[in-house]
Amino acid sequence: MAVYRRTYTSYSGPLTPAWSRCLVLFRYSRRNLFRSKLQTALFVLCFFYPLLCLLSIYLAHNLSFLEKLGARTQLLSIDNKFFFYFMNVQGALGFVLTAFTGPGLISPDMANGALPLYFCRPFSRAEYVFGKASVLTIVLSQITWIPGLILFAVQASLAGPGWTSDHLWIAGSLILSSFLWIAILSLLAMALSAWVKWRVVAGALLLAVLFFGAGFAQAINAVMRTQSGHFLDIVYLMATVWNSLFRMDSERAMSSAAAWIALLVYCGICLALLVRKVRAYEVIK
Amino acid sequence: MHTDTQSGAADGTSEQAVAAPQTPVVELQGLSVRFGKREILKNLVCSLRGRSIGLLGPNGAGKSTLINTLLGFYKPSDGSARVLGHDIRTETRRIRALVGYMPENDAFISKMSAVSFVQMMAELSGLPPSAALERAHEALFCVGLAEARYRELGTYSLGMKQLAKLAQAIAHGPRLLILDEPTNGLDPSARQRMIRMIRDIRDGRQLQIVLCSHLLRDVEDTCDGVLILNQGRIAHYSNLEEERKANKRFLELELYGANGDFTTAVEKLGCECATTANRLKMILADGVEIRDIYRIAAERDVRIRRLNFRRDTLEDIFLKAMEP
Repeated sequence: MAVYRRTYTSYSGPLTPAWSRCLVLFRYSRRNLFRSKLQTALFVLCFFYPLLCLLSIYLAHNLSFLEKLGARTQLLSIDNKFFFYFMNVQGALGFVLTAFTGPGLISPDMANGALPLYFCRPFSRAEYVFGKASVLTIVLSQITWIPGLILFAVQASLAGPGWTSDHLWIAGSLILSSFLWIAILSLLAMALSAWVKWRVVAGALLLAVLFFGAGFAQAINAVMRTQSGHFLDIVYLMATVWNSLFRMDSERAMSSAAAWIALLVYCGICLALLVRKVRAYEVIK
Repeated sequence: MHTDTQSGAADGTSEQAVAAPQTPVVELQGLSVRFGKREILKNLVCSLRGRSIGLLGPNGAGKSTLINTLLGFYKPSDGSARVLGHDIRTETRRIRALVGYMPENDAFISKMSAVSFVQMMAELSGLPPSAALERAHEALFCVGLAEARYRELGTYSLGMKQLAKLAQAIAHGPRLLILDEPTNGLDPSARQRMIRMIRDIRDGRQLQIVLCSHLLRDVEDTCDGVLILNQGRIAHYSNLEEERKANKRFLELELYGANGDFTTAVEKLGCECATTANRLKMILADGVEIRDIYRIAAERDVRIRRLNFRRDTLEDIFLKAMEP
């Protein structure tokens, strides 16, 4: 129908399947995400370290070239430490990216009361959260486990089947550690933005939870002469899990199982916050 | 994006199928809603029919709660309801596919252009992207936002935001349009435009309307039937036109050649009268018919130039319903 006809008409065309509706949210949210030049620049920045790692892998297999440069060849060993540091750097960058992009996913809807418009359609709250979280999941995946696996594949192809079979577990560790970090960051960012409804404040709160949480944990440990303060430090918990996943030798104040449980509890708390806040109208009893 | 082959079907069902004309728009079956210890809606039983139904009531009567319950936002504590024949407890998703909803409060995404916003909402209702874009343009033209459709919603005035809300409510071609206080915050001319638009949509006969308002005038201007709520209970439900016709006891006469005799004679029949110049207002007593008035006029050589039944306004109906 031509747009100049101003009367209302009903719609009788085809409809998309129900399962595909949350992809609509993903598409629109992702489009909004890269509208900001700062966020796009930050996203691009996240690929510098993987490129550096790629170069390192290449150089590690071209020792003659390194010798020509006069560099010490033993510096470049591609092993679990290499991928552990890769995860640390990319994890930190992922956190910065989340602090900028995460709160902008839900808070605009909350601030302007748009949620009833989503939920008055055949579209559930779970689909809404899934659609929004998928944006962060995809973006963070692009800078964590996907480049990690590419690096692993490159190393495997250059080092041969012997190295690959010995170190195959690193690929699993890359995926598992990335997904845990992505889940924590996505849920935390969305829960905080749903709670405060203001993008800037939610971003600041996310930084505060991670940085002040660490400071607060140290203070508790020092004052109470205990190690249980670490449970408030999400970064420490995550580092403990990564240490265990990448089979690092460093001493940790808690077991990896305890860190896993604590992180899953945090995920549960964030989900509970989202369940409470992401609804068409809040019921005041 | 993949699409269902079935035309107008979401979730594998024929949600867009037109409900049978005899199916009530909304059927309340002992519906109660409770928030904590507070009972907001109390055992509502009613069957709402017609092209456009007004939900009236003073602030806090439970109008918005009723709408939100019908849309599945709140769970009924007791009883149930059916919207276009679908149960609100078990078929929420199907109901939502058939309904367009314009909420009372601000509801928009400030950084989005109106056309993207309406397109996204239409896509969430199940329209393929190309159809959603086309419908978004049509809906924005329909509500009169054509010139401003590429502007960000955050820059819109209150009236324009209301229109954008209406556009997103009709973009996916719903069978039932639920409007919650559509004229809230509008100046008189914007209100007139909104009312005209609602009437146009109603008269198009392609969807049914439930309009919730505490403004009697809005309901009177747009609705055929009215459900009046008071303190969570149904105070009154009627077809407005029939209600107006039913009250034929109040007469207004324009007379020529009348003197006090005529009024006295009419009063002797038990009618209450009030005279102003050559006009006489009266309430017919039980058992007195119009022909009795004509007979008295003929006997006294009084000419009745005009006789009008004074129709009850919605205000009269509303006030009657509010009486304890």
